[in-house]
Amino acid sequence: MENVVIIGSGLAGYTLARELRKLAPDLPVRLLTRDDGTSYSKPMLSNALAKGKTAQSLAMASAEQMVGQLNMTITTHTAVTAIDTQAHRVVTAMEEIPYGNLVLAVGAEPVRPPLEGDAAGAVLSVNNLADYAVFRAALDEARHVAIIGPGLIGCEFANDLIAAGKQVTVIGPGKAPLDRLAPAPVGVSVQAALAKLGVEWRLGVTAARVDHHAGAYQVGLSDGGAVRADCVLSAVGLRPNLTLAKAAGLNTGRGIVVDRHLQSSAPDVYALGDCAEVAGLVLPFVMPIMHAARALAQTLAGTPTVLTYPAMPVVVKTPACPLVVSPPAVGAEGHWQIEHIEEGGVRALYRGGDGRVLGFALSGIAAAERQAWSKDLPPVLA
Amino acid sequence: MQSDASGADYKQYMCLICGFIYDEAKGRPEEGIPPGTRWEDVPIYWVCPDCGAMKDDFEMVEM
Repeated sequence: MENVVIIGSGLAGYTLARELRKLAPDLPVRLLTRDDGTSYSKPMLSNALAKGKTAQSLAMASAEQMVGQLNMTITTHTAVTAIDTQAHRVVTAMEEIPYGNLVLAVGAEPVRPPLEGDAAGAVLSVNNLADYAVFRAALDEARHVAIIGPGLIGCEFANDLIAAGKQVTVIGPGKAPLDRLAPAPVGVSVQAALAKLGVEWRLGVTAARVDHHAGAYQVGLSDGGAVRADCVLSAVGLRPNLTLAKAAGLNTGRGIVVDRHLQSSAPDVYALGDCAEVAGLVLPFVMPIMHAARALAQTLAGTPTVLTYPAMPVVVKTPACPLVVSPPAVGAEGHWQIEHIEEGGVRALYRGGDGRVLGFALSGIAAAERQAWSKDLPPVLA
Repeated sequence: MQSDASGADYKQYMCLICGFIYDEAKGRPEEGIPPGTRWEDVPIYWVCPDCGAMKDDFEMVEM
């Protein structure tokens, strides 16, 4: 079995390394990462305050500990500058590393819409533990946090911050939060629950500029309004990291395009996690990573395995209004059936022509019905 | 903390990836794991219902 080189020490890279080590104890595995290689869970970042966690206590294992656990080589603080798919070599500033199989687990970058203003550079985004440490340092002296982006991350942070006693304003273009994951009435139910805790919402607007103002920041909105805050967090989505793949001539779309064996357009080069596009799907969630890591580990250990995804409902960690969503597939034919529940919550079911449930968004009390509705959901990738 | 016939107290295990709690006392009946099922008796192929993490991503939680 040839050696495996993995680029990236996020959930995708380390989960793959662990699953591979289970199947192939003697297979040489080397992991390269541009950061310090600390193992941590990204979903835990957006409810760390409520759990009394700090950036430091969120670290699960250091790179050294991972070397011990996984019996592999980990090279930290190393940026890969090029991939030579012909010679099967990865190039860094220090060395050229041959690979039998190469796996890109390089993740995604926060989307940063252009912002005017003399404080645009002070806007933070959080997509890894290092970002989170910077955010928490800024939070120490901040009373009021403005969050740009009412999506999953924006709402989870809003809930965590308001529960920790901060003032919170969420800014976003749509009519309701979470509009990419759930129909408006469901987003509104989350919005209302967070508003009850004191979260201020400025929807139907975008942030146009951020300026220094009276010792704090002022976020200028597209409707001419303004939001004063001591800390500005941008959470408007992620974009797969394609730089390396493009430079190596790999086929890319929204993500690094891979087939059902997670192989890219270059032989022996694979990709998984937030950077990968499988069958047109870019799914920046944990469940897809777990499935992909297990399938790819089998393949790299010598048993080619096709990736399949079952239905994968996403749990949105907003304790003020629990939410579970399973968006219908792109292009699904059907309509939303919205039911408001007396005791608080919305049951939104996306029904196909034959009445079958193709997706759902369940908030409040309805979130507990998730198991029942999940049963007959179609698989995401059969 | 409830305990079963053997008197040993039921424990709880947390998914380190997403925070889901497996409670031995409750089990996961919706997934065919009856209440009172000890963690070591939960099938090896069982995964976290919220995020798909494996059993080795779980850690016992001191209550």
